[in-house]
Amino acid sequence: MTEFLQQLLNGLSLGAIYALIALGYTMVYGVLRFINFAHSDVFMVGAFVGYFVGQHLPHSTVWGSLVILATAMLACALLGMLIERLAYRRLRGAPTLNVLITAIGVSLLLESTGQAVFGAEPRTFPGVFPVKNLTLGPLVISSSQLLVIGVAAALLVALQFIVFRTRIGTAMRAVSLNPKAAQLVGINNDRVISFTFALGSALAGAGGVLYALNYPSIDPLMGVMPGLKAFVAAILGGIGNIPGAALGGLILGTVETFVSGSQFSTYKDAIAFGVLILILLFRPAGLLGKFTVEKV
Amino acid sequence: MTSRLLNILVFPALFAVAALAAHAADTAIKIGEYASLTGKEAAFGQSSHKGTLLAIEELNDAGGVLGRKLDLLTEDDQSKPGESSTAVRKLIARDKVVAILGEVASSRSLEAAPVCQAARIPMISPSSTNPKVTDTGSYIFRVCFIDPFQGTVLAKFAKDTLHARHVAVLTSVSSAYSVGLAKFFKDRFTADGGQIVSDLKYSEGDKDFHAQLTAIKAAGVEAIFVPGYYTEAALICKQAHELGILGVPIFGGDGWEAPELVQIGGADVEGCYYSTHYSPQIPTPAVQAFVKKFQARFDGQTPDAMAALGYDSAMVLADAIKRAASTDGRKIRDALAATKNFPGVTGQTTIDAHRNATKGAVIITVKDGQFNFLQTVEP
Amino acid sequence: MPRAHLALIAALLAAVAVSIFSDKIDPYFLDVLTSIGINIILAVSLNLVNGHTGQFSLGHAGFMSIGAYLSGCVTVFLGPKLFGDAGGTALTQNVLFFFALLAGGLSAALAGLVVGIPSLRLKGDYLALVTLGFGEIIRVVFQNIDAVGGALGFIGLPPYTNFAWTYGAVALTVFVVVCLVNSTYGRGFLATHDDEIASEAIGLNTTRYKITAFVVAAFFAGIAGGLYGHYKLSIDPRGFDFMRSIEIVVMVILGGMGNTVGVILAAILLTLLPEGLRSAADLTGLQQLRSLSEYRMLIYSFLLIVLMLARPQGLFNFRFGKARV
Repeated sequence: MTEFLQQLLNGLSLGAIYALIALGYTMVYGVLRFINFAHSDVFMVGAFVGYFVGQHLPHSTVWGSLVILATAMLACALLGMLIERLAYRRLRGAPTLNVLITAIGVSLLLESTGQAVFGAEPRTFPGVFPVKNLTLGPLVISSSQLLVIGVAAALLVALQFIVFRTRIGTAMRAVSLNPKAAQLVGINNDRVISFTFALGSALAGAGGVLYALNYPSIDPLMGVMPGLKAFVAAILGGIGNIPGAALGGLILGTVETFVSGSQFSTYKDAIAFGVLILILLFRPAGLLGKFTVEKV
Repeated sequence: MTSRLLNILVFPALFAVAALAAHAADTAIKIGEYASLTGKEAAFGQSSHKGTLLAIEELNDAGGVLGRKLDLLTEDDQSKPGESSTAVRKLIARDKVVAILGEVASSRSLEAAPVCQAARIPMISPSSTNPKVTDTGSYIFRVCFIDPFQGTVLAKFAKDTLHARHVAVLTSVSSAYSVGLAKFFKDRFTADGGQIVSDLKYSEGDKDFHAQLTAIKAAGVEAIFVPGYYTEAALICKQAHELGILGVPIFGGDGWEAPELVQIGGADVEGCYYSTHYSPQIPTPAVQAFVKKFQARFDGQTPDAMAALGYDSAMVLADAIKRAASTDGRKIRDALAATKNFPGVTGQTTIDAHRNATKGAVIITVKDGQFNFLQTVEP
Repeated sequence: MPRAHLALIAALLAAVAVSIFSDKIDPYFLDVLTSIGINIILAVSLNLVNGHTGQFSLGHAGFMSIGAYLSGCVTVFLGPKLFGDAGGTALTQNVLFFFALLAGGLSAALAGLVVGIPSLRLKGDYLALVTLGFGEIIRVVFQNIDAVGGALGFIGLPPYTNFAWTYGAVALTVFVVVCLVNSTYGRGFLATHDDEIASEAIGLNTTRYKITAFVVAAFFAGIAGGLYGHYKLSIDPRGFDFMRSIEIVVMVILGGMGNTVGVILAAILLTLLPEGLRSAADLTGLQQLRSLSEYRMLIYSFLLIVLMLARPQGLFNFRFGKARV
């Protein structure tokens, strides 16, 4: 029983990270109807920004980690906006295939630039957050795992607030429902889309820092696998649906954890893709999504 | 249209000129080396390359071999599958090397070995420990021990020194080295009466091992064997302590040896053990002289096992060329096979009938962030 | 006899002729030519799916790996049983290789069918991800099958690939793809690419065309895999990952999706690029050029973005007027 609960806890913490990244995917898809492949590399950039900032900060302080988090989120938000402005804006209205290829190009560009500039060997992330192991009876949870769950939950609440209770959030929802109509009622689509990218990328940056705090080995390709799995999580929950992304992330994280702890641990990478294929075959709209009919 | 023209005219021209340039430097003996100078396992490749380079420079300062200088041609395989065989093909066909040194990782050695075998060019791997490497053919050698031996050493270590009867094994399923070493350890450990209570897997590049470690904790173990590479090993030690697995020794093989182990693992790798080929702390004059030479040449860096083996692989090759009194592939191969008690930095090297070296292993423990020599285990 | 058939026969004969004189050619040059040939097969077959039919497959390397492994199984496991350990004569070796390649291609085609049927109902982005996921699953599966070496990879493949087989296969691939697309049946592919909904509306079974393209492409990818395996003499499951698929995709995009000649040129260029840089580095002694080949991916990704923004029809597409993507 203890093992089951401990694995559940592990799964929550892993799932929280997937959820953070998945939120970014889902938001961009909701507004622009395409998958931003470069999102997982923004995650990686967040971790590296945190790495460089962390070199100048004292170890094991709570405020230090918050500084890293804030800096990484800001840097990634700017990066996200830059990518949108330079690569995606001109392709609005182009066939989806072209946009997809551009997204892959941006993703590869970030990865190879990272490898060229930082080298492909893993670097050690500085231990900026105080690490303590807390026990709840027979269960153990580390302070970094708690941090991940806490921050992810806080960011999710903040996101829900922004999307549903602010003007810009309403504008985002309008653009995602019908871009042309949104323009007609006076919404500046370009600004809203930039903002969406900024928000999603900031979340990816936060995810990157939290990931690095938990698993202090970073390298330029660290975003590939978590990005793919987060993407599966977003689809699982229903792409375009914010609580869905969070739910998908948690479910995927938990399933993967249980598989890793069992005798089938060698197939754990295949699990995420298996889930993807199953979902796309049987319920392409995802758990919380609505199936939309394409009108011609 | 322009690109077509480019392809037709320029490329063959480039080839022709390159061939001419290659013919210019003819008196030196060309030795090829392929290593992971960049990429995921750059730490190993850089290390073995430095050792090899030191050996070649030392030999050249002493007048070379057979009166000719040695010319080391190095290709980087970027730690990626598929690159090693291309690199070796080029070294053999274009650069006309007489022998090949490489590689550290068993999977990349396995990739290049058939190419060397087919071309009848001897290949010496400094530190690939998977037995299948030399099984490829009569031209493939190594100057280190093989995993069946390493697995046995570690199984005995677990039983006799760590007094562990119930052990968990955490294998990297995407690494040939890890899978091989795990198998040999398990075979020997269970034959000696021990029990493997948990046998779980992970993939290279994984960062989260909480799931596997939670299962291991629940199984109740006395030691955890991690036959993988240093990045994951360090993270595993860290997360084991986070999960409250305390007082349980964690040990591994020669894939652990890199400064990153301590950098990533910090206090959590203190008191862990791993087996390797040599330690710079061994008090013999040969080892200490080598350590000083290496430190003088490379800014005070202390040579690790990969560097020492890289050095030995080049020295053994030079010795074989001397004994063969020729640069003919076949003669060098025969001389290599006859190597007996060559005084290497990593110990007396004798090449056995399977073209492996029978050498002792060294157990290292991590203390105060340093790799401390614990004991030697002879075959 | 139609012109295309004559061209095919001529190409096959030429390939065999060159192969007979292959000992006179510098072995490194021969190696590069073999790599080029394999990449042409991969690029032209992927072009059928991505270019002509307008679907986005990111798992081509997965089909290649199936072909490599299955053909390896035939030559390594069946060969000794049928012809003894010595491997038999040149004739029996070539016959065995033919069947090995066929086995590789057919198994890859079967996999293409299995993957294609459920996923080709999905739209562009989703299909890309499913094919990517499939590629990863294949890798994990092969890593865990000890009979073909597991994580160690499949070693001991006999060196059966030579110029004749490689360029024979190239000729066949180009012949099949070009004839298929330019036929009356083949109009269906182009229609599916241009506007799926309109095609469905006039009664075209777009799903059937998509699956056909997918299966044919997978078949040739399997053949390329078989050639690759018997050229490198060992197969590492990690060598057929997402990155490898991307490299093939870059060739298709660079050449111009749907443009066979362009894709062939792009395949040649992109195979020669790293080798050319290596040679140039040796030549001039400028080690920076050697490291430039390590920045391959950087250059490719930059190219992809610039191409999509400025010239989506690809580099080698010389049609004038409105670009046909």
